[in-house]
Amino acid sequence: MRIDWDSYKEITESLARNKSRTLLTGFGIFWGLFMLLFLVGGSRGLEKILANNFSGFATNSTIIFANRTTKPYRGHGERRRWDLDLKDIDRLSMMIPEMEVVTPLLSAWNQTAEYDEHSQDCYIKGIYPEYASIEEPMLKYGRYLNESDCIQERKVCVIGRRIYNTLFPDGGNPCGTFIRIGPVFYQIVGVDISSGNISINGNMSRTALVPMPVVQKLYRGGSRVDLIAMTGKKGVKMSSLDDRIRQIVAREHKFDPTDKPALGLVNTEQLFGIVDNLFLGLNILVLLIGLGTILAGAIGVSNIMMVTVKERTTEIGIRRAIGATPRQILGQIIMESVTLTLAAGSLGIVFSVLLLEGLEKITSNSEFGAAPFQIGFWTAIAAAAGLAVMGVLAGLAPAIRAMRIKPVDAMRDE
Amino acid sequence: MIIELKDVNKTYFGAQPLHVLKGINLSIEEGEFVSIMGASGSGKSTLLNILGILDNYDTGEYWLAGKLIKDLTEKQAADYRNRMIGFVFQSFNLIGFKTAVENVELPLFYQGVPRRKRHTMAMEFLDRLGLKDWAGHYPNEMSGGQKQRVAIARALITNPRIILADEPTGALDSKTSEEVMALLAELNREEKVTIIVVTHESGVANCTNKIVHIKDGVIGEIEENQLHNASVLGAGSIMK
Repeated sequence: MRIDWDSYKEITESLARNKSRTLLTGFGIFWGLFMLLFLVGGSRGLEKILANNFSGFATNSTIIFANRTTKPYRGHGERRRWDLDLKDIDRLSMMIPEMEVVTPLLSAWNQTAEYDEHSQDCYIKGIYPEYASIEEPMLKYGRYLNESDCIQERKVCVIGRRIYNTLFPDGGNPCGTFIRIGPVFYQIVGVDISSGNISINGNMSRTALVPMPVVQKLYRGGSRVDLIAMTGKKGVKMSSLDDRIRQIVAREHKFDPTDKPALGLVNTEQLFGIVDNLFLGLNILVLLIGLGTILAGAIGVSNIMMVTVKERTTEIGIRRAIGATPRQILGQIIMESVTLTLAAGSLGIVFSVLLLEGLEKITSNSEFGAAPFQIGFWTAIAAAAGLAVMGVLAGLAPAIRAMRIKPVDAMRDE
Repeated sequence: MIIELKDVNKTYFGAQPLHVLKGINLSIEEGEFVSIMGASGSGKSTLLNILGILDNYDTGEYWLAGKLIKDLTEKQAADYRNRMIGFVFQSFNLIGFKTAVENVELPLFYQGVPRRKRHTMAMEFLDRLGLKDWAGHYPNEMSGGQKQRVAIARALITNPRIILADEPTGALDSKTSEEVMALLAELNREEKVTIIVVTHESGVANCTNKIVHIKDGVIGEIEENQLHNASVLGAGSIMK
């Protein structure tokens, strides 16, 4: 079948003859495609929003913290308090060679940061520089804490976004400025604007990072730490080290290694695994719903084309009598089907793209951070190509029926 | 010899097999103006369908312009219909949502003739049949006679070797019938087109130069009618 003005005219003529039917049929396809693309874009955006929450956080890490014991062990009763301490760090990194980084965290809660007349609630987190590989900083100004800060116990800090925004509403580089947190003045050395919502002992945006020894001496005393965070070397699954970590810590702190609640252990790898699975499931669901809707639309098109062919038996018979080959009839019916699906589907694509664009605009100003809801260019192209194929398939059965119409049959019943 | 049928048989296999054509032998020369006349059920429409390659026959031979028409593919059949045969039907069979000129163009569309050329040719044929002013009208805006003339223009536009007319006056009043028959006669006389008219009206048959009587699937008398003096009421014709 030649594609030219005439073929085009033939197609539009027959589609335009029953406008409401064409519209309703097209709507099925339109809605199907709109649903599919909108859901695909939506779930992607949602995934990205969630990923934003995790952003900068090491995906293959384990965090441990002390709880009360729940089993009696070697003369100790249950419900005994114990603490992780700095020695555990050396122990763990020495006895488990697969460890890349083992680093502690010590917090001071309920602090207030002040500068000029501005003040902001905040947390102090005492860390070593290695902590950067657990919660990756995104520095807007200055630098991260370094080795010298810790050795010399400098009263310096890296502040989070919220603190920076409140204390320095006019913006600008605050490095070198002294702010007061509680009774102590700290010099700002960096601003970390990372937006991840995973928080260990407080969200980064309201945190002032301070060298570990400073926190130890000023706020907590002793060698105990709140958390120990660990990441494994390349290729090491952190979850496979769980048992060994428990064994080592339990032996040292004299609690039953099988006493799971005594040692809090969070494995981000498992956490991310759960989220990944969740989104895998969501994506499959989206695909099922979207494709199902489109399929229903396509079946609708096929059905309507079937009715159309039946109605046009005489017309097709006349065409055959005056010399149309079966192939030309086949081509015409299929082209009608493809035109209908493509036109309606393209509208669906355009509509979903517009709506996703709107969603993107809305979320770009929200606290979740910008999320790319928009479907990709090639996704749209693939959708259009898929539509064309679907149009052909939908038109196939009716077209074959039309092709089988014999001129004699068509003109007999008058 | 443009058409030659040799012992053509056709049976419709239904609940009760119906032997419609029982050994038809018929020759028609190029440029003849023939009518095939018979009562309903005589097999004349089946014969026309076979002549028009719209239907198959079971046994025998059908030669059209020196070609044996047997076991053609649909594509070949469509091509022969398109290039060699023009059809005129009782109920005109124009496509309702196309204008007169578009209807006339349609056979050329399937031949792949460019649009502009097609349009010019169609206008030319409509003009010849006195329908130039009606070119843009739809079939339902025209009278029966006009519709039949559009149909004839459509049949003529591919410059076919034969025109098959199936009861061309069946849906027309007597005056228009005469006009249409006169038109066909004129086309035969001036363009030397072979025209075969199937009819059950003796008056219509009388307009043709040769009357082939068919009854119960068998060819009866073949009447030379150059003088057009077979009775208008058909009383003088003997049907066997």
